[in-house]
Amino acid sequence: MPDPILALRDLTVEFDTEDGVVHAVTGVSYELQRGEVLGIVGESGSGKSVSMLSVLGLIPVPPGRIVSGEAIFEGEDLLKLRGRRLRRIRGGPVAMIFQDPMSSLNPVLTIGDQIGEAITTHAPETGESAARTRTIALLELVGVPAAERRADQYPHELSGGMRQRAMIAMAIANDPSVLVADEPTTALDVTIQAQILEVLKAAQRETHAAIVLITHDLGLIAELADRVVVMYAGRVVEIGDVFSIFDAPRHPYTAGLLRSRARLEAEGAELEPIPGQPPSLITPPPGCPFHPRCEQSRGREICRTEVPELRATDAGAEHLSACHFAEELGARE
Amino acid sequence: MLSYAVRRLLYSVVVLVAASFLVFTFVTLSGDPLAQLNIVPNLSEQSRQNVIDAKHLDDPIPVRYGYWVRDAVTNQFGTTLLGDRPILPDLWRVMKNTLQLVLIAELFAVLIAVGVGVYSALHQYSPFDYTATTLSFLGLATPAFWLALILQVLVVQIREETGHLILPISSLNSVDHGSGIDFVLDRAHHLVLPVIVLTVASVAGYARYMRASMLEVINADYVRTARAKGLPERKVTMKHAFRNALIPLVTLVALSFGNLLGGAIVVETVFSLDGMGLYFYNALLANDPYRVMAWLMVTATMIIVFNLVADLVYGYLDPRVRYD
Amino acid sequence: MTELGYEAGVVLETRSQWAYVRMRFLRHRLAVGSLVVLILIALVGIFASQIAPYGYDELDLENASQGPTLEDWHLFGTDQLGRDYLSRVIFGVRTSLWVAVFVALVSTVLGTAIGAVAGYYGGRVDNLLMRFTDLVLTLPGLAILLTASVFLGSGEPLQVGLILALLFWTTIARIVRGVFLSLREEDYVDAAKAAGANDLRIIGRHMLPNCVGPIVVNATLAVAAAILVEAALSYLGLGIQPPDPALGRLINEGQSSGFDLWWLVTFPGLVIVAIALCVNFVGDGLRDAFDPRQRRVRA
Repeated sequence: MPDPILALRDLTVEFDTEDGVVHAVTGVSYELQRGEVLGIVGESGSGKSVSMLSVLGLIPVPPGRIVSGEAIFEGEDLLKLRGRRLRRIRGGPVAMIFQDPMSSLNPVLTIGDQIGEAITTHAPETGESAARTRTIALLELVGVPAAERRADQYPHELSGGMRQRAMIAMAIANDPSVLVADEPTTALDVTIQAQILEVLKAAQRETHAAIVLITHDLGLIAELADRVVVMYAGRVVEIGDVFSIFDAPRHPYTAGLLRSRARLEAEGAELEPIPGQPPSLITPPPGCPFHPRCEQSRGREICRTEVPELRATDAGAEHLSACHFAEELGARE
Repeated sequence: MLSYAVRRLLYSVVVLVAASFLVFTFVTLSGDPLAQLNIVPNLSEQSRQNVIDAKHLDDPIPVRYGYWVRDAVTNQFGTTLLGDRPILPDLWRVMKNTLQLVLIAELFAVLIAVGVGVYSALHQYSPFDYTATTLSFLGLATPAFWLALILQVLVVQIREETGHLILPISSLNSVDHGSGIDFVLDRAHHLVLPVIVLTVASVAGYARYMRASMLEVINADYVRTARAKGLPERKVTMKHAFRNALIPLVTLVALSFGNLLGGAIVVETVFSLDGMGLYFYNALLANDPYRVMAWLMVTATMIIVFNLVADLVYGYLDPRVRYD
Repeated sequence: MTELGYEAGVVLETRSQWAYVRMRFLRHRLAVGSLVVLILIALVGIFASQIAPYGYDELDLENASQGPTLEDWHLFGTDQLGRDYLSRVIFGVRTSLWVAVFVALVSTVLGTAIGAVAGYYGGRVDNLLMRFTDLVLTLPGLAILLTASVFLGSGEPLQVGLILALLFWTTIARIVRGVFLSLREEDYVDAAKAAGANDLRIIGRHMLPNCVGPIVVNATLAVAAAILVEAALSYLGLGIQPPDPALGRLINEGQSSGFDLWWLVTFPGLVIVAIALCVNFVGDGLRDAFDPRQRRVRA
């Protein structure tokens, strides 16, 4: 593969809590290629957000701790950056959009003020009127009508969809090369979700940025992603391009996820959830984290004792799976 | 904005009027204004009757209330029960003195509390934080009147040891205060201990509240967003966190103003300051409903005005409540 | 279906809510320590007659105006009439404590009832009740208490307690009302109604348990506030009056010799501070114990 714009290698992040040490992310490695949309899928607690938040140094330390790993961006390890060098990356070449735009925007500052702030932080020489002009242009780009008026409004005066557009505008203000979208549509109505999708696509067209799309919504992945990373219990369990993942999953968890979707064609059939509960991240099970819920495993010893490595599968050299018996899934198709 | 303020004022006036009637009824029914008269020796029947006539003590309550309102509005709140001394001029004089004391104390309390609270929140679990928290708890557990007494005891003991009175322990001014700047300095000197007591009473609660508010805010999502934009930490703290954390404190300060005036009653009594508090205390001891009523009305008005100002400040800080 | 649990590393332990609260409370060493101290003080108060070395009014003019000493158990000295101050303080503690607890209990019951009604029925009932509390709040609390004391008569601990309670209920009423107003919208209230439960049942069984935390915390803090206010009232001569003992009264009487007999003013006050401090620590611990949002992290 051509050289990635962002590469995570062996990232491990822990949190100290009253009940013990939470292993939020363990040995996570994946790559983001230039200009692509990489979807990161997993349930709550899978570590999908934590890995990206660590890259930007947004994990509170303490109680959090980056135990090991690298995040190589343009030749630099972002995890080693501090102070001004880290700040230059944040909101500049690497920008982030958060889940709930109501709580992620400062309620006492105007939209224009907050977007303008993103601009002037990275280009301090920008004058007030220049910043405002750019702010309005950005708002128009993300599809906010009457942008001039909206720029002087406060977050509570905007609808949910509008607020998320404003957040996106803020993130692309400095032409990022990596745009991280953490559950961008989860807090919104379904109809608005579709609109925001379009805005994200427009944002990508405008900036040619690579997008990291973190979500638990498979539909979103299907719509937008080029490649997919599947995470479970803080580990990467499968990586592949979106078609391959959907048509030929090579990890029991992914297969379970796909099976559990409600589908229009399956008339009268029952929903098939994955049995069991996600594991505790404080005392994770030995061996493969998914084995207690895995039908594929059938209690085989290796699943219970050895953590499977992420390796290529029969579905393609670029399709990786962390399962001892990935091939058996292929055989069943 | 203006219509909001006007609406609030009108509403407050209604509340005030209702309160005044209730209090008047209560005060009149439960006290016997003649009780004071009855202990005066050799009071002639005529004098007694004069008082009854002058104060309309034979009329039913609503009528008496009417007279009171008339007096309140047109005649400077009328006169005292005994001695016929006009109430308003005295009340006005003591009100100014108390406002000096109370506003200075409140200002100190807010400034110190904000500084301590913010610093504690930013350096949670540090020695400073633990010390500040301990002191806050102590401050909240200390009765104001007792603190005032202890300070007096301290100053007196120091005088015993050293022969110097480092701070005045009573009165607003010395007998031989000068004028102009000397007067001001003398007054300031006398206010030191009272201000300390009132400040301690307020600052403990404010500081803890500010700390809690700041802690909540620095974990807020929008603070994370500000950091994610690449803002320097100081700007994140000041422009984003601090301003939001300040908002609830405004409400607290507004709600506590009544407590502050209550504290003034106690402090002025202990330090013998010629202020509203002492005035009220004396009026109560004298069982004089007219002074008591006048005081309650003036105080209620002060609180209402203060609350209105606080609301305006709140509206300035938090755009979410601006257009009610 | 596969067997779960054991291998997933999930430890399933169900505890009741009370157990959780108790567990969290016991982690606060300061709160637990304060509770112990309070219990000791309460015991001293309850068994005052047995514990106090002297009677409350036992005169001993030969030993008048002595400072604190270890002789004859005069740990707090004696006053101008030779009465043992430690004993006087102990009796004062008894009165002050039971008045404070009384105030907290009565105001909590009253405030909860009013707040529940206001919050549950909302609309005009709520409006009326809130306007009434507004009325009460437009004036400084102490001023109202003083006025009430003068005009309703006071002196007896019970009277003082009732007067205080009549002012203290507003805080808890506000809190309970707030919780109820938000809970009213919850689905389970509708569900209960649909199942035929009457209002009282809904309030009592479904909504009130949600307020237990704030109510308990507030009641505890009210004890501290009540002690402080009662002391101020008694000091000003408008609270508990002789012959009933009261700490505030003791402080007032201690002033009459100027400031030479410093222990007369100091010790009752220190005891008040100690009690209020302990109660506040316990209240704080309870607040943390009831609040599921954990903010303390192991360092």
